[in-house]
Amino acid sequence: MGRVVVEVMPKPEILDPQGKAVVGALPRLGFTQFTSVRQGKRFELEVDGDVTPEILAAAQQAAETMLSNPIIEDVVRVVDASEVGA
Amino acid sequence: MVVSTGSAGAAGARIGVITFPGTLDDRDALRAIRLAGATPVPLWHADADLHDVDAVVIPGGFSYGDYLRAGAISRFAAAMTSVADAANGGLPVLGICNGFQILTEAHLLPGSMVKNDHLHFICREQTLVVENNTTAWTTAYDAGQRITVPLKNQDGQYVADERTLDELEAEGRVVFRYEGWNPNGSRRNIAGITNERGNVVGLMPHPEHAVEPGFGPDSAQGARSGTDGLGFFASVLSTLVAA
Repeated sequence: MGRVVVEVMPKPEILDPQGKAVVGALPRLGFTQFTSVRQGKRFELEVDGDVTPEILAAAQQAAETMLSNPIIEDVVRVVDASEVGA
Repeated sequence: MVVSTGSAGAAGARIGVITFPGTLDDRDALRAIRLAGATPVPLWHADADLHDVDAVVIPGGFSYGDYLRAGAISRFAAAMTSVADAANGGLPVLGICNGFQILTEAHLLPGSMVKNDHLHFICREQTLVVENNTTAWTTAYDAGQRITVPLKNQDGQYVADERTLDELEAEGRVVFRYEGWNPNGSRRNIAGITNERGNVVGLMPHPEHAVEPGFGPDSAQGARSGTDGLGFFASVLSTLVAA
């Protein structure tokens, strides 16, 4: 069984209200060293066999058409989990 | 010009409302259509057949629980493929709240919605300025008219890049702006927009909840007497009659 990891982040120019709330709360636990937080999404797509180049290409296409919205998000990574230990 | 796909005429006008899993406001939208004098037609997300309707409302709610992104999964429903084709042919389409989010995800309207800047779910009576009264859904209003309808959302912050925003402004495609207070951090106080042709309109506030005295927002006529939302449905009826 293979696994493809897709990571999506809000675009830099889009204010990330969730990340802003997290960075505001961290100092309450004593974490004062973090000046900014941005919150993204990680998807794990499983397949029956190995992760072939075709599977990766399909995952890339799924990432761009459904898993992300190009107006507000960037697909930052589409990788075979076994190759990168992701 | 707006193309009608079914029988025209106010009394005979058939206006569809699509229900998705997690839609909340489909019944209110159907009721608003009936109160405006048209025939409401319930439509189902998995059915590609739009049953010969003359216009479509994509109602509010939390389709698919807002999973992935608000509207992101509904946008691929069979009914939405038909709506996209029909909208490109001129069919009047109104997206309210989650319906607006679905229309942006379907690329029928530009930009997108992200979480409210203050992170809270918000529910209030909201005043809007009608900026464009020439769309299929706004001809019953005067340009610059103030209307009050309910607003309730969590992901209501309208965002688009500066070039898109400038284009919308230059082409008069900002249809509604928030008046008095920007309730979610939307760029340039935008509450609703239209496509180039003016047949597709999307907005975050809820006109379908302000259509009957006794059940609407407070107004000068008394508590819960506001019916400012009826104009949307009256507008599309006159658009269809004129077509």
